[in-house]
Amino acid sequence: MPKARMRQAIVAALADEMRADPTVVVFGEDVAVAEGPFKTSEGLLEEFGPLRVRDTSISEMGFMGIAVGAAATGLRPVAEIMFIEFLGVALDQLTTEAAYFHYLSGGKVRVPLTMRASVGAGLGFGLQHSRTLEHWLTGTSGLKVVSPSDPQTAYGLLRSAIRDDNPVAVLEPRALYGERGEFVPGDEGIVPLGVARVAAEGDDVTIVTLGQTTSIVLGALGSASWTADVIDLCTLVPWDRVGVLESVSRTRRLVVVEQSPWSGGWGTDIVAAVTAELFGELVAPPIRITCPDVPVPFNPVLEARFLPNAEEIIRQVDELIGTGKRPKPWWERRTS
Amino acid sequence: MTATSLSRRNALSDRIERLDRMVEVREFEDRTKQLFADGVVHGTTHTAQGQEAVEVGLAASIRPTDIVTCTYRGHGVALGLGMLPEVVLGEIVGRTIGSIGGVGGSMHLCDMDVGLLPTFAIVGAGIPVAAGAAFTAQVQGTDSIAVAVFGDGATNIGAFHEALNLASIWDLPVMFLCENNVYGEYSRYNLTTRVEDLATRASSYGMRSRIVDGQDIDVTVEAFTEEAERVRSGEGPVLIEAKTYRYAGHSRADTAPYRPEGEFESWLERDPIDTFAARLIAEGTLDEPGLAQVRERVAARLDQAIETVLASPEPDEASMFRNVWANH
Repeated sequence: MPKARMRQAIVAALADEMRADPTVVVFGEDVAVAEGPFKTSEGLLEEFGPLRVRDTSISEMGFMGIAVGAAATGLRPVAEIMFIEFLGVALDQLTTEAAYFHYLSGGKVRVPLTMRASVGAGLGFGLQHSRTLEHWLTGTSGLKVVSPSDPQTAYGLLRSAIRDDNPVAVLEPRALYGERGEFVPGDEGIVPLGVARVAAEGDDVTIVTLGQTTSIVLGALGSASWTADVIDLCTLVPWDRVGVLESVSRTRRLVVVEQSPWSGGWGTDIVAAVTAELFGELVAPPIRITCPDVPVPFNPVLEARFLPNAEEIIRQVDELIGTGKRPKPWWERRTS
Repeated sequence: MTATSLSRRNALSDRIERLDRMVEVREFEDRTKQLFADGVVHGTTHTAQGQEAVEVGLAASIRPTDIVTCTYRGHGVALGLGMLPEVVLGEIVGRTIGSIGGVGGSMHLCDMDVGLLPTFAIVGAGIPVAAGAAFTAQVQGTDSIAVAVFGDGATNIGAFHEALNLASIWDLPVMFLCENNVYGEYSRYNLTTRVEDLATRASSYGMRSRIVDGQDIDVTVEAFTEEAERVRSGEGPVLIEAKTYRYAGHSRADTAPYRPEGEFESWLERDPIDTFAARLIAEGTLDEPGLAQVRERVAARLDQAIETVLASPEPDEASMFRNVWANH
């Protein structure tokens, strides 16, 4: 199996879809000549030319709107938002226009647009370039949301997103762009939307992850005294209820590990749904391991502390299994 | 023959039909207001009276295959482009005969048979979307164009400036049509904008522009047809400012007490329907009985539309779950 960096898997997905379908176009800030600030569109301008691969002005609201109009009239645009925070000025086009066009046309118009954005902390980019912001997107019917965790899911989810007839937000953890992993290209490598990936199997607890937290949890397993089903959601909207419920009904414990704030993070939906469905069968309260409710700090020691890490995951799960009670998150244990 | 939106659109090659359609828009809005007053409709609505020569003029100037985005003040554009009165009114009233079965309401009309994308209830949002439709035409090498219809108020939102800039650098086949109806919501445009002529904003983007008298449909049709063909032939985008006037307040609740005394009356002297009807009569294209017939024809059509709409069922619960997702 070939190995590649996640950013190369993304390039491969874009190129494969552009080869297969002449309606696929790519645009965004510095994606053409400069080949993307994270090199996720390397070689695309050369292969597909300036009609289909374009640099935009720094105008997220403008080019997201162009993506909506292009998608509604026959293209499959892939618009790149360099950092998810920049979507703030363009959110209307994604959540208020793209997501509702199908409904507002009585089913006649489809908006097969893909919005790719880099997300997450860990690279010292500071608080305005380090969030994941899934919750900006998850409450809108008509908009799908996915987040890859490695080269394979980056490749396979992106291809599915481009082929989907609904608008899809693809949230790519930017800390993983340079990470290497095995991946299967071609149609076998496509990852369907709405289906979670079982990244590890175990008996004591179900750990639900997304994007960047998947590899952190997998890394923690080696030093754990328990075994876990690690369910990498891959798709956040619509998330795989069947897969998660099936696992938790067996392990009877649920831990969600998120790179989101404690308040409003996506795991609240998972915990609420699982609790309501399996309340009497659980042997411990479902818990979430998240970031604290503070801006992402810049200092590298603080930034690392801010993010969920293997040590904290082990400690939390140990305590959950040992006591059957909700462990305090690290910021509640602070003495200073 | 039963009228379709497309047959109504094609009929606009005839000038008497243009008069008929302008009268239809004017009367339609009166009927709409009455239905609200009677408590038949809930929510709000934004009427297009006074702007008929721009909206019907646009419909007479572009092809049904061209794509149009427009605002929540969309009844005139929708009827102008050809949508059937009962389909527009049905949506306003919230009945199944409405363009999307009554789940959208007054601000959300759509008819792809005549190129109308879902209308936008967010100021300015349709401007880049029209540029996107033009992007498709450019990538696919078709000779379609796109038109964004928006008001003076929208020229102060970022979407306008970003869309004009992108359309300009990419030479997109899009016509930006600003209906300067003097008021953005409750504010006269000179209070929110330093420039007198909004068309001058095109120069910031290296784009050509044109100011058009929006109260004369012969003028709008000539100008829009000429500009649409220039856009279609690859000359790049254009910003057109049609000087017009919003006869009513912003929405149903607004009685427009902020208007300077005499302003409305002075615009009424150049009423687009009266002006055009008088010209058709002066030319001998129409006579007084003919004009009366147009008005009667429209009244009968709208009577019938209201009857049809009120007889149309309310949408069932299942309809709110339809079309949320494509291919599900």
